[in-house]
Amino acid sequence: MERKTKVHAEEGKQELLITREFDLPLELLFKAHIEPEFIEQWMGTKVLKFEGRKHGGWQFATSDAKGNVVFAAHGVIHEFVPNQKITRTFEMENAPFGVQLEFLEFEKVTDETSKISMQSVYRSVALRDQMLKLGLAFGINMAHNRLQEIVSKLKR
Amino acid sequence: MVASQSMTAGAIAANFDTARPTVSKHLQILTECELLAHEQDGREIYYHLNPHKMKEIADFIEPFRATWDKRFNKLESVMKKYKK
Repeated sequence: MERKTKVHAEEGKQELLITREFDLPLELLFKAHIEPEFIEQWMGTKVLKFEGRKHGGWQFATSDAKGNVVFAAHGVIHEFVPNQKITRTFEMENAPFGVQLEFLEFEKVTDETSKISMQSVYRSVALRDQMLKLGLAFGINMAHNRLQEIVSKLKR
Repeated sequence: MVASQSMTAGAIAANFDTARPTVSKHLQILTECELLAHEQDGREIYYHLNPHKMKEIADFIEPFRATWDKRFNKLESVMKKYKK
């Protein structure tokens, strides 16, 4: 089974598609997206609010070791169908990217495997491309945070 | 196809059910994006892949993809642990 995450970003379009198959039953894949306890673990962020329902809202924030907020994002939920789909908005705070519309679709592949498709729509092609470039910064930041975590443990 | 050899527009079009002008239009766009390069040989134009540009595009998306891949790997391991 192909489990690699795929990103499809067609040139000149203001959207991108992320797909991935998981070695997890559909219910667990969905659970990982709606329960703060799990979101916090795999997204590496604190969940300040998550209302898994239509007209609900969500808010995430990540702080560094000194308590400074390094990442904050929020949005509202437009559609919420358990084990099928979540349609939501996503906006990073203190960032010039504006709001994006996200369609998350969850699918059962077999009893033990499942798939997610995340379509993100940006306001413009330029904003989508900037977001893609930010992936690099994120990757580096995450690696740095991890490094800092390990180093501070060594210090003790 | 064009990764392994240079091909004429006619030979490329023969592999698709699409009309020849549609294939030509696609070739023109891919050439404009520098994903394809072409060379004139007499009356024929041969198209081949520009691997440098392909790599450039892949490199552009790769860090973003890798970030999500890492996140999703983590999701999988977190939920597997929970399942047990």
